[in-house]
Amino acid sequence: MTRLWQAALLLFALVAIYLLPGTLKNYGVYIVTLWSVYVIAGMGLNLTVGYAGQISLGQAAFWGIGAYTTAIALKAGLPFFAALPLSAALCFGVGLLLGFPALRVQHHYLAFATLGFNVLVFLAFRNEDWLTGGTFGINNIPRPILFGWRLRAPLDFFHLTWIATVVMGALMALLLRSPWGRAFAALRDNPIRAESVGIDTTFYTLLAFAIGAAYAGVAGAFFAPLVGFIEPAPFAVTTSLSMLLMVIAGGSGRLFGPAIGAIVVVLLPEWLRFAAEWYLAIFGVLIVVMMVWLPGGLLSIPDRLRAARVLK
Amino acid sequence: MIDFLQLIVSGTATGACYALAALGFTLLWQASGTINFALGEMVMLPAFIMLFFIGPAGLPLPLAFAATLLVSLLVLGLGFKRLVVDPMLKHGVIPLVIATLGLSIAMKQGVRIAFSAQVFTFPAIFSQELLSIGGARLSVSDLGTVIVAGGLVVALQTFLNRTLTGRAMQAVAQNRDAATVLGINVQRMVLYAFLINAALAATTALLVTPVYLAKFDMGDTLGLKAFYAAIIGGFNQSRGALLGGVLVGVLENLVGAYLSPGYKDGVALVLFLAVILFKPEGLLGKPEERKV
Repeated sequence: MTRLWQAALLLFALVAIYLLPGTLKNYGVYIVTLWSVYVIAGMGLNLTVGYAGQISLGQAAFWGIGAYTTAIALKAGLPFFAALPLSAALCFGVGLLLGFPALRVQHHYLAFATLGFNVLVFLAFRNEDWLTGGTFGINNIPRPILFGWRLRAPLDFFHLTWIATVVMGALMALLLRSPWGRAFAALRDNPIRAESVGIDTTFYTLLAFAIGAAYAGVAGAFFAPLVGFIEPAPFAVTTSLSMLLMVIAGGSGRLFGPAIGAIVVVLLPEWLRFAAEWYLAIFGVLIVVMMVWLPGGLLSIPDRLRAARVLK
Repeated sequence: MIDFLQLIVSGTATGACYALAALGFTLLWQASGTINFALGEMVMLPAFIMLFFIGPAGLPLPLAFAATLLVSLLVLGLGFKRLVVDPMLKHGVIPLVIATLGLSIAMKQGVRIAFSAQVFTFPAIFSQELLSIGGARLSVSDLGTVIVAGGLVVALQTFLNRTLTGRAMQAVAQNRDAATVLGINVQRMVLYAFLINAALAATTALLVTPVYLAKFDMGDTLGLKAFYAAIIGGFNQSRGALLGGVLVGVLENLVGAYLSPGYKDGVALVLFLAVILFKPEGLLGKPEERKV
């Protein structure tokens, strides 16, 4: 019965989010679409961080590779639904190539390697003018065409993005329930034990990392037509850091963590705008306070309350 | 050839500053497993505190530096350890990484509000003359920076290797439990590491700011470079930070001058990636053993 209720609640939430932006102005719809894009990238990072237990500081690089691939493909006249899998596949491939040597060293070294990779990709975006337009970027990226109908209205594009987010989320849930997903969790909880029961740890970690990268590629593919103009700045290391923040703040290793975390990263700064120039400073302090009091993320609150009740 | 020499000297000067910041980073890592992403901001903040003491408070530079050093020790040393690191250490590395990240945003934006986003000049600590040595024109401030930074690194090495307190700090870095059994006050040694880090940051600010000027986001590049330097040289070796810093500084200069200014930042990065992939313990480091 409770499972049925949970499913009903989830369905209600998904439909509500689909309908809600209909009441918003264009900027509001843009922010909610951006949130949706971040959720896709965050789900990928959550697989790497929360399930495979590796720290990655390069998610924005994959996000950027996805965005640039889609932008260049769209400008070349390819349809969006061909550019999207291309972006995902390219990120998956690059993820494998980077992960293969980097995962020999694991843990904090993977964090450093991905950070370096992110800076390198950023420099390439900025300096390879012939491909990426350098600091001027690529503009006039067209919106996708669906059944011969161009999704120009912000609300239509949001609906497409949101459906993609739900599909990617469902795929992630399936993956996590499969034996593969179990292997990822075994890896995070105790890599040495996982290895001793016959799980090829390197293979699974690599796979988790590459799938995480492919998710960022998909997010990038939606980001490019959303903003219509891309330049190197959004794909710098700081974005990777806020994506990591997003996963941790929501609750790493929880399926809905990134959705909650993306609220903190994308929507909270918007809500703090009343504080004018103070808002980023307040944001920084809030992060520190939250990590001190709630290192398990926002979704660990119910568990904490339950534990407190049992103790009484 | 003469250009080459000049590039090497000025690169070494920049690198020596990276090395100082990197040294603080490795010390914190060794003492408490803290990966400090607010590294650059910990240099930026003392620079602005010093500007405050010089400007509105009207102190002469040496006094301003002394006052800044004191504030840094209290806030970036003691405060950082007690309020941020201590409560979080038991939750592992990741929350702490995120917290230092939040701290860096808060420090940067706090300074932007207090001082505006303008660029501020900073009084020079060395004379602006150029020395002519064998046809090469070397700036006094570059040489001075190398001497001060190098001297500090050597002094710190001597402290760590030759004094009882220094050796106790190293023991804590290697094995906390064993250090406790030997009667070493572990918490005190960790605190020393935080205090030394704060002092190094304040000194780096004094050396760097006259050249690179004070701006609220000056810590971004500096932090990244110091971070590369720490990894390249060897995460668990203090000597490594010096080698890493100088390598990064010199390479940057040479690539910027001879290859491509656009990829000036890229070469240190490639070196950094190569070190991580092929010799993760760093050029001078010892491999970390896997613990079950």
